[in-house]
Amino acid sequence: MALRIGAPVLALLISLGITMVLLRVTGADPVSSVQAMIDYGTTPNSIVDILNRATRYYLSAVAVAIGFRMALLNIGVDGQYRLAALLAAALAGALSLPAPFGQILTIVAAMVVGGLWAAIAGVLKVTRGVSEVLSTIMLNSIATGLIAYLLNPKRLAEMRPGSNNIATPQVPSSGRVGALNGALSAIGIDLPGRLYGLLPVAIVVGVVFWVVVNYTRFGFDLKVSGLAPGAAEASGVSAKKMIVVTMVTSGAIAGLIGMPELLGASYEYSLNFPAGLGFTGITVALLGRNHPLGIAFAAVLFAFLDQTSDVLQEVEVPKEIVGVMQGVVVLTVVIVYELVRRFEIRREQRAVAGELATGHDLARAGKGR
Amino acid sequence: MKRLRLPHYLIIGAGLLVLLSLVRRVDGANDVTSSGTVEAMLRLAVPIFLAGLGGLWAERAGVINIGLEGMMILGTWTGAWAGYQWGPWAGVLAGIAGGALGGLLHAVATVSFGVDHIVSGVAINILGLGLTQFLAGLVFNVGHAKELGGGPRQSPPVDPITKISLPVLSGGGGTPDWLGSLEKHHWFLVSDVAGVLRGLTHQMSLLTLVALLLVPVSYFVLWRTPFGLRVRSCGEDPYAAESLGVRVYRMKYAAVLISGGLAGLAGAFLVTVAAPIYQDGQTAGRGFIGLAAMIFGNWRPGGLAAGSLLFGYTDAMNVRDGGQAVHALLLFVAVLLVAVAAWQAWRRSFLAAGLAAVAAAGLLVWFLDSDVVPGELVSFSPHLTTLLVLALASQRLRMPAADGLRYRRGEAR
Repeated sequence: MALRIGAPVLALLISLGITMVLLRVTGADPVSSVQAMIDYGTTPNSIVDILNRATRYYLSAVAVAIGFRMALLNIGVDGQYRLAALLAAALAGALSLPAPFGQILTIVAAMVVGGLWAAIAGVLKVTRGVSEVLSTIMLNSIATGLIAYLLNPKRLAEMRPGSNNIATPQVPSSGRVGALNGALSAIGIDLPGRLYGLLPVAIVVGVVFWVVVNYTRFGFDLKVSGLAPGAAEASGVSAKKMIVVTMVTSGAIAGLIGMPELLGASYEYSLNFPAGLGFTGITVALLGRNHPLGIAFAAVLFAFLDQTSDVLQEVEVPKEIVGVMQGVVVLTVVIVYELVRRFEIRREQRAVAGELATGHDLARAGKGR
Repeated sequence: MKRLRLPHYLIIGAGLLVLLSLVRRVDGANDVTSSGTVEAMLRLAVPIFLAGLGGLWAERAGVINIGLEGMMILGTWTGAWAGYQWGPWAGVLAGIAGGALGGLLHAVATVSFGVDHIVSGVAINILGLGLTQFLAGLVFNVGHAKELGGGPRQSPPVDPITKISLPVLSGGGGTPDWLGSLEKHHWFLVSDVAGVLRGLTHQMSLLTLVALLLVPVSYFVLWRTPFGLRVRSCGEDPYAAESLGVRVYRMKYAAVLISGGLAGLAGAFLVTVAAPIYQDGQTAGRGFIGLAAMIFGNWRPGGLAAGSLLFGYTDAMNVRDGGQAVHALLLFVAVLLVAVAAWQAWRRSFLAAGLAAVAAAGLLVWFLDSDVVPGELVSFSPHLTTLLVLALASQRLRMPAADGLRYRRGEAR
């Protein structure tokens, strides 16, 4: 247990060390740079932004983590959520239903689109043996092209007057989700800026993920299919079905990624809609070891790094160093996890050897009978 | 099914060219086989092909290298950094070194520490992107480099590598350009052959020539030398290789370093031949396409080259007035699908035949119903082709048996 928490902390400390060396090399003062990041990151304004960013990262990472649970790497989360957000935005902008129905319909539509797009990769894997890694990479590029095609004044979008931006029609006010600030100030927390109204959805997704993986038959089948496909098959779990179901679930959750932003802040899908969250999700899921709580910490950490990177400009460090930090974190984390795993195996072997040396010699006990 | 040999491939190639020529006449899309398109195809195929060759080396030694894209990005940066200061060939060498550095990192993580290959590759992609963006801001955006035209997202220009043309046939060194004048007539088949040949012999970069030579070199080293046999044995059965005295770790390290170097060379090609500078986002996923080309080519250099040319060709369509030429290709693919449908029906596989026929009909309707294909849809035609090819062909492919598996020295299986 100590190792499970200790390993990520150790990995983070090592990456912090590497980052500080990097900062030193570029001529900045590492200690004061990090201090500046922490100071800026803990202002109320930053906290709101960090939480909003973390919501997206969290959903993205959970979508990836579901795949990881059965050794499927869904690199296509990126295309899945962008296509889902575009189509859901177009739908939400086109109709105005009374309060809860419009929101629910939009969210369900996004999940369906994400799930269907991911299903292509799942079906190709089970019927044609195409590696999901490659097919989802291709599907990302295809989604990018499709979005460019659909996000056009001739099709799903309209020009915004006075700018070069192209966007889907605005979501009517009855279809939006209000900010959380009102509910929070009722319990005495006052935050500036708008906190996504759909932030609780991310929490619910996390809880459901945790319960399903740990306490249901489905979660058990999922884990077993990932760890030992042969054993799963022998006990009557269809690996093919599990692969498709996992991909669809992962894609459906990917569909949720764009929803807090769409329904709570931008109300439209435009050229400015956040992109690339799927790749961050892979990183966050790795860092959080596919555990809902771990992912939450990792999501907040990454959001913090992104948010505070602007401060580095002031100490003459290019803000892109954050990309290096994130890469270093992932690589350090996976290596440290692997070393810890080996250490545990060796400790177990030593424990077994110790038992045997104290007289519990199983082989001899068997012969005596 | 019998194994296809070189004469078969030549007949298939000739048949496709005749069909392309027919389609060109029907639709008036002269770009389908123009020398300009073939030139562009070659220029666009080489980075994909080099990345794929990088993938081939790593996977033949049993290490999946999904970090090719990151290594390629490292190659573009280091290539441009050395290239603008000491000339393009220095850039090429630096690009190889930059990519190999990424390969070294991948080897340390996967071979020494036993990290999951895909996870390590993803991390290297993130790191390569972050590192180059960071270093570009630090190096290209200050002092002398900035005066020469550098910025936070691009390098100063790099001199291009010398281009050569075949004399007499393609107008090299002020001689006549016979193939060029033949091509201009747009005659059936004759002009197409001239266009293709001219595209392959006109204004070819010396680095392209080097890259093309790497196909036979890689084949020879991997399949005809003791070193290559050892490398491949690590990809097929490392434990057996170990028992025969092969130093598996060392072989894997060597192969992954070569892999990274080739990916870096692909990046250097982008900055010294395709574009004269390093730019943020320049690789545009070509590392991944290279990986797909390698799988398409069944983990062999020749097939990988063919796959890269296919992707380079669809890409070239996109670059050169995409809409019209791709429109002609709709007809081309429709005819091919009709042939597939007939073949499947003859083999009494009626479901596949029906699907192919429906797809062919759909494409035909699209072809007759429109004049051009919208540019946004053209942009992903290489990726769609990749996906379709994988879906159609992947069950006939065989990857190295121990590819992607964790191997620990001295352990039992």
